[in-house]
Amino acid sequence: MENRNNVKERELVVVGGGPAGMAAALSAYENGVRDILLIERDQYLGGILNQCIHPGFGLRYFRENLTGPEYADRFIKKISAVPSIEISLKSYAVNLTAGRYLAYIKPGKMEEVKAKAIIMATGCRERTREMVHIAGTRPAGIYPAGLAQKMINLEGWLPGREVVIVGSGDIGLIMARRFTLEGAKVKAVIEIQKTSRGLIRNVVQCLEDFGIPLYFSHKISRIHGRDRVEKVEVVEVDDSFNEKPQTRFEITCDTVLMSVGLIPENELIELAGVAIDKKTNTPVSAEVNKTSVPGIFVCGNSFKIYDLVDGVTYDSAKAGKMAAEYLKGLK
Amino acid sequence: MIKKITCIECPQGCQLEVNVEEGRVIGLTGNKCPKGDVYGRQEITDPRRVLSSTVLAKGLEIKMVPVRTDKPVPKSKMFAVMEEIKKIRLTRPVAVGDVIIANVLGSDANVAASREVGP
Repeated sequence: MENRNNVKERELVVVGGGPAGMAAALSAYENGVRDILLIERDQYLGGILNQCIHPGFGLRYFRENLTGPEYADRFIKKISAVPSIEISLKSYAVNLTAGRYLAYIKPGKMEEVKAKAIIMATGCRERTREMVHIAGTRPAGIYPAGLAQKMINLEGWLPGREVVIVGSGDIGLIMARRFTLEGAKVKAVIEIQKTSRGLIRNVVQCLEDFGIPLYFSHKISRIHGRDRVEKVEVVEVDDSFNEKPQTRFEITCDTVLMSVGLIPENELIELAGVAIDKKTNTPVSAEVNKTSVPGIFVCGNSFKIYDLVDGVTYDSAKAGKMAAEYLKGLK
Repeated sequence: MIKKITCIECPQGCQLEVNVEEGRVIGLTGNKCPKGDVYGRQEITDPRRVLSSTVLAKGLEIKMVPVRTDKPVPKSKMFAVMEEIKKIRLTRPVAVGDVIIANVLGSDANVAASREVGP
């Protein structure tokens, strides 16, 4: 299996064309690698930045206040100008082996490549309603906040009119403002902890600016609705997260957004035998971007969840440099 | 009178204490950088926000084109600016920074494309 004929060998393959993958590929190039393939499943580079249309990006890296697409644009322009970096869009990685054979599908074909070094920059996915154990029915109208962001900002759909948001993560806060500006009514943000999980600036500019109530030490205890969400039950919790039944109240709504955390996407490196911490779904590693398998690097939100893209760019550039040094060591 | 506000210029979120007398700022503490001083004074006298949204494209490579104001607009005009943005049907390709609505509602801010969009 591991010594296949007719498989093209590349110095470096980067999986993922978001901020992490682009920074890693550019840094590998700047550190001397001249044969780089970057694969991206979407039809555009930029990853999650394309749907993050709000400002607040690049304050550290560019010392400017950019929106997500503007931040992405700078790297897309830069990487597109480097002929040594081949970019393959609409390319979806499906298998990775310990010997660094990577299989991916493109429209109409299956490709396989052998990478001397590989950098996985596959990002993360959202935690769902099922993972936070909310009782009740299973009607339409319950969305992870980032999915709702994609619906509004990329597809132009408004997924609901009366919204309750579970969790005060940054994506949920940003979406509270976005729904409000688009004419929906955001009735409450419900946070089980005593403080916000998101940045304080987002509590101010996304909730307080619009008078959206934020309930700390509260949870949604039940979702009601037959075909569509009709209402939620909300209850205060004590320090041990036990419900205080006498505090229970209801909010009518047609939509529930979940903003309750992110899970790094590392299923491919797990196939390749990389040691994974099952609790965080991140590679077991003493050093940023490294894994238990030499030559397989992981960067960006697939290595750990970052608050800000600037940190992703800095650390992913290190991944590119590490891969370049690893390749030099092979020679 | 001391007004407590949170600076939103960067993720640090400095807690500002602004001393206001008869609508005028006579002192400001709590900021870790000069941006906080500017923000705090502005926020008391004329609060403004950078607004971002999307406009509907017709015949371009993507359906929704992200836009932003190139300067903060008065907080009280945010919904009115949203209405102006919703009227737009973009039919020409744009680069980042291309002005889509100039001087929107006389605010001195332009609504500009924040993503390059081809035909």
